[in-house]
Amino acid sequence: MAEHTLTVPLTKDIIVTLKAGDTVRLSGVVYTARDAAHKRLVDLIAEGKELPIPLEGQVIYYVGPAPTPPGKVIGSAGPTTSYRMDPYAPTLIEHGLRGMIGKGERTGQVVESMKKHGAVYFAATGGAAALISKSIHAVEIVAYEDLGAEAIRRLEVKDFPLIVAQDSHGGNVYREGQKAYAR
Amino acid sequence: MREIKASAITEAIARLSMEANYELEDDVQKSLEAAYEREESPAGKEVLRQILENSKIARTERMPICQDTGLAILFVEMGQDVHVVGGDFETAVDAGVRKGYTDGYLRKSVLADPVRGGNTGDNTPAIVHLRIVPGDKLAIYVVPKGGGSENMSKIAMMKPADGLEGVKRFVTESVRTASGNPCPPIVVGVGIGGSFERCAYLAKKALLRPIGSVHADPFYTDLEKELLMLVNDTGVGPMGLGGRVTALAVHVETAPRHIASFPVAVNMNCHAARHKYVEL
Repeated sequence: MAEHTLTVPLTKDIIVTLKAGDTVRLSGVVYTARDAAHKRLVDLIAEGKELPIPLEGQVIYYVGPAPTPPGKVIGSAGPTTSYRMDPYAPTLIEHGLRGMIGKGERTGQVVESMKKHGAVYFAATGGAAALISKSIHAVEIVAYEDLGAEAIRRLEVKDFPLIVAQDSHGGNVYREGQKAYAR
Repeated sequence: MREIKASAITEAIARLSMEANYELEDDVQKSLEAAYEREESPAGKEVLRQILENSKIARTERMPICQDTGLAILFVEMGQDVHVVGGDFETAVDAGVRKGYTDGYLRKSVLADPVRGGNTGDNTPAIVHLRIVPGDKLAIYVVPKGGGSENMSKIAMMKPADGLEGVKRFVTESVRTASGNPCPPIVVGVGIGGSFERCAYLAKKALLRPIGSVHADPFYTDLEKELLMLVNDTGVGPMGLGGRVTALAVHVETAPRHIASFPVAVNMNCHAARHKYVEL
């Protein structure tokens, strides 16, 4: 298992070196979006309209943070379950999205897009939300404020601890890992 | 008759809502520490290390363990000699949730209409399971329940002929197919018997038992032990990354059933097995 220190934006050259099971420390800008925001983005793409965030080379983190307590940059901010975004991810990957951060396995369609376009899926530890919030050094809402915790936020992260869960070659840490430890 | 003020109920629930989100109970904390020692998979061990570090940060800084601070589910046993004064019981409960989720900077995750949405803005209404019991105490469990684990829960109206083997198959398959989605290592609550809705209630109630406790009936103690082994043999592991610790515990709760029915329910709790208790 290799260790990588990466900065966004992610290029295809870097993405193909990432293998399922590798650990990553990610820095740079990451955008947050969940179910509702994804639907809006995909609808805009279908209508040929401009998006409120860039996609090319970018990473989206599936998170709805807890409210920010006084004196902190952000509240607890761990990943939400990724499969709910599976209907939308292929369209975003097709339009330049290179990385996704969440938790839990992605389905076939997403994997096919990842292989075709060169994108990677990282897993963050669900429920380690206070710890993860320490990697986030700046936050601003950039779209869909009406969605509250589900708004699109622009985060600046440093050394966000991740694992490459599913890579651009079809590698899958869930399948491989569970097989290895089943009895 | 013993009077309990509605305001006291509100205050207690507000406090418990916050505490449950910042601090794991001792049995859960110890179980996670033991899991870290026991886990053989390096990826799984790293997940557990992060979970333990997170627990410390959350407790020390009074931040939520998980950003999903959950639906507010309450199990209440009200003594029949209790007289609630100064307000309605249900209003007092919701006021407590509102206060806890506001003062505690907890996430508001409740939509008013299940189809049309509309965040209620204060994480109410609470979901209350109430029993009236002898005595003059008011016992309250506050159980913040996140969506991820809840979404992996299952219920089956089995045939009586499916029997114990059917239960084992259903529970094991539910855990296997859930994979990493409920944030393992999980606590598995199994309900057997009752009616359709009572069975689901049993499965959730089973989550409240301390980790390390066993069923009072040796027949079901054995089932719990075997289910824990079967579930851990799926190899799902922490966060589904593969490992030997998929579940911290399996608890079974049972109830009498109809001669023709065999309901079995599985309610999963993530590793942030959050609940706090008070007796007023």
